[in-house]
Amino acid sequence: MLPVNLVVLVCLAYVSLLFLVAFAGDRKASRGPSGWLSSPLVYTLSISIYCTSWTFFGAVGSAARSGAEFVTIYLGPVVVFAGWWLFLRKLVTVGRVYNTTSIADLISARFGKSPALGALITIMALIGTTPYIALQLKALTSSFQVITFPAGAVVAASVELEPDFVTAFWVAIGLCVFSILFGVRNINVNEHHHGVIAAIAVEALVKLSALLAVGLWVVFALADTSATVFENAPVSLANPDSFGTRWVALCFLAGAAVICLPRQFQVTVVENTSDRQLRTASWLFPLYLFLICLFILPIAIAGLRFLPEGSDPDLFVLTLPLTAGQDAIALLAFLGGFSSATSMVIVSSIALSTMISNHIVMPIAVGLGMVASAGGQTTRGFILRVRRTSICVIIMLGFVYFWLSGTSGALAAIGLISFCGVAQFLPSLVGGLYWRRATQAGAITGLSAGFIIWCYTLFLPSFEGAFLLSAEVIENGPFGWFWLKPHALFGLTEFDPLVHALFWSMSINIALFIGVSLLTEPTPLAQLQATLFIDVFRRQTESELSVIRRTARISELRQLAGRILGPEETILLFQAEETHERSSIASDELISLVEARLAANVGAASARSLVSQVVTSETIGVEELKRLAGEAEQIRAYSAELERKSQQIEATAAELAKANRQLREIDIQKDEFLSQVSHEVRTPMTSIRSFSEILLEHRDLDEARKLHFLGIIQSESFRLTRLLDGILDLNTQDPGEQTWENEAFDPEAAIDHAIETCEPLARAAGVKIRRRRARNVRVIGSRDRLTQVFINLISNAIKHNPNKGPEVMVSSLRRGASYEARVKDNGPGIAADNRENIFIKFYRGRDALASGVGLGLPISRQIVKRFGGELCLSEGKAVGAEFIVRLPMYRTKAGEA
Amino acid sequence: MFKTRVLIVEDEPNIMESLSFILQRADFDIDTAPDGVEALRQLRRHTYSALILDLMLPGISGLDVLRSVRSDKALEALPVIVLSAKGQAADRKAAETTGATAFITKPFSNAEVIDRVRELTGG
Repeated sequence: MLPVNLVVLVCLAYVSLLFLVAFAGDRKASRGPSGWLSSPLVYTLSISIYCTSWTFFGAVGSAARSGAEFVTIYLGPVVVFAGWWLFLRKLVTVGRVYNTTSIADLISARFGKSPALGALITIMALIGTTPYIALQLKALTSSFQVITFPAGAVVAASVELEPDFVTAFWVAIGLCVFSILFGVRNINVNEHHHGVIAAIAVEALVKLSALLAVGLWVVFALADTSATVFENAPVSLANPDSFGTRWVALCFLAGAAVICLPRQFQVTVVENTSDRQLRTASWLFPLYLFLICLFILPIAIAGLRFLPEGSDPDLFVLTLPLTAGQDAIALLAFLGGFSSATSMVIVSSIALSTMISNHIVMPIAVGLGMVASAGGQTTRGFILRVRRTSICVIIMLGFVYFWLSGTSGALAAIGLISFCGVAQFLPSLVGGLYWRRATQAGAITGLSAGFIIWCYTLFLPSFEGAFLLSAEVIENGPFGWFWLKPHALFGLTEFDPLVHALFWSMSINIALFIGVSLLTEPTPLAQLQATLFIDVFRRQTESELSVIRRTARISELRQLAGRILGPEETILLFQAEETHERSSIASDELISLVEARLAANVGAASARSLVSQVVTSETIGVEELKRLAGEAEQIRAYSAELERKSQQIEATAAELAKANRQLREIDIQKDEFLSQVSHEVRTPMTSIRSFSEILLEHRDLDEARKLHFLGIIQSESFRLTRLLDGILDLNTQDPGEQTWENEAFDPEAAIDHAIETCEPLARAAGVKIRRRRARNVRVIGSRDRLTQVFINLISNAIKHNPNKGPEVMVSSLRRGASYEARVKDNGPGIAADNRENIFIKFYRGRDALASGVGLGLPISRQIVKRFGGELCLSEGKAVGAEFIVRLPMYRTKAGEA
Repeated sequence: MFKTRVLIVEDEPNIMESLSFILQRADFDIDTAPDGVEALRQLRRHTYSALILDLMLPGISGLDVLRSVRSDKALEALPVIVLSAKGQAADRKAAETTGATAFITKPFSNAEVIDRVRELTGG
């Protein structure tokens, strides 16, 4: 035996060492969480809390009893980690990105930050973990009993030890103190426990080296070679029944447990800081498990071979070196077991206490308004007290389980009960990360049903009648209903109790989860969270999705943050906002930021309800949003179309109005023109008729007079003919249709003739005509026609000139190869909107009734065009109207004009 | 005895000539004016029994001449025969409201002009 004092002293020294490591870790972390603390090695070692005292002691026991079956417990995790990119990577990324504090937090957050779900999972995890903690207590107590057994190791190995509940109680107290001192000295952002993780890593190394030391000693000192060991292997170890449904079930359970156990979730997901860590753990953790497994079979065989019949195989690791008198190895083995048990209890209780405070106590406190009314530091203090109390409650529950279940069951069996309990989280967890349609109701029903079946078929029967279910009920079913027998539900008797419980709980859990999810609609928040979680690699933020718009007073938000986060962090958090703008209303981004920080401390569900106390939110369902977006898009399209159409219509209407105006103007012009034409025709007709009547009536007229009158009749007839020709000209479309006698002539002569003709008119109107001539110019065309054009232009200039000193300037010059003549008056000029109208057929100014020429500008323009020239109005802004006639010059063969 | 004296206002020389000829043959005394200004001058200088007035005149129009005739106390009662080459009803109406005693459309029959002048001058 080893003296009790020595063992206790070694334990205390070891614990002190762990404290030092933890302290150093926290110190380093406070200066920045980098370096070895966040190294993949430490991360992987912390994950190895998977290997508890059950592994350390129990795997050997399991191997001694059931052969290779113990391998399944390692195979499941190896598969999960080796295939990390399949599921684990997504889970860990979600946890890291959204600052998840626990598995309850993650699942409740996924399903719309549901407090009910968080609480349910916490209770399930608490009950599921209790046997596991009891297991550690049992292992610690037994190993302590064995190593300090007064009658010596040989006897200790062979006798059935009565469980020492006094020792167990003190061990439990010690673990409480230990866990509180380690894990809950403060609430950390993101629930990262750098110190604890560092200490856990050290413990992982201690338990590995202890097991390796025992193994090496067994193989090379006790049995000389490994060959010797396996020669002595009992037949039971090669049990062919090992590979059956139970084998598959155990693999599945272990794989589920390495994800769903609260402590595994804590170290794998919550404490994770980078993808790199997981990448390394994906091969390093399986390697660690391999090393742990390496000597289990040799130790089991050696135990069966060298120790007396009936020795407890769960303690072979300790009793083998003890019986051989290897006290140092025995003490190392004891420390290894001590490490396995303590690390498991510490991390489990920390993880569970976080869950209890965040998902059970906080929602109640928030619901009762305790958090809102409490002062800043007291809320933080309150949370800390809750967590410390929770740790004591958790460990004491383990003790109570140990006490109630007593000596029953091997270590491995107790561990598997826990595995099966936490495996119930798997459907909701996997479904939540991959299936958008999964709803909160589905998760709650599936989890509850699975949990109840697990309780009824596995957990409660494990007390063997000592708690709630009597031995009678376990044996024959309640009220003798055999189809409700806990170990053979609905008459299913083919499986052993564990597989039976797993089968029923998981199938009903999954069926209800899927079925109820399909029957219910997810809440908008749950849909949002589903998108965030399922598409985690796309990294959207809540505000980017903008499904929910929230507003809050900054002061209230600040007060709330201060209570949970403490003053320093709150100041930091709101600093940016204060320097930014002094608005009193918090932006959606700030609210989300505060909620995220709160969630890192008290979990998503509690953070949500805390924030919702000061926030007014407007929730728009995703479907609603889609519909609105669709409608808005349609309306936008419609209105764009309408706008386009109305613009078209407006344009068309404007065109129509313009056309109508033009038509009306043309109509008026036509009337005026016709009236003008009528006047022009009637005037010669009047003369012709009148003189014809005179000639008919007065036969006595002398010959000279008769001839004179006949001459008048003739000239007026010619005039009439010319007039009709003019009208026809105006309507001639093809300028070449009518043949003019084309000749080269001096256009100056045409101007002179025109001025001569207009002279009487000018004199009558008191208009002075001035003249500037060009020299040596010739054009080709009809001289009479050109004269007609200038008469028209000059008489217009005379007639439309109300100036006090009316003047008309007729000037002509050579401009390159063109002849240019200008007729300019000093009248009011032509209004801008009339500049083109005046050239339109039938158009006449309103004040132009006095004109005797009639057909005017349109005919003139047509004539000039036929000369190959142009008639236009000068662009100049000078006083009066100025018409320009441009004609191409006629060139002789000598090149002279 | 004095012949009845008539003033003809017409800018078209040929029409002026034919009107002068037929009225002289019908034994009227004729004065002529080629435009409104000249016509008004003559109306102030002599006393006429009737006025034959073309509407389309260069410078001031026939209607303007008629208007000043009617606004002159001395000429108020002067019979005015308006000639127009524009046969529209609107012209006739404008002439009548302004004070024309008779309205004859060009081309006219010589007899109609003579009858009308006789009728209005009581001859």
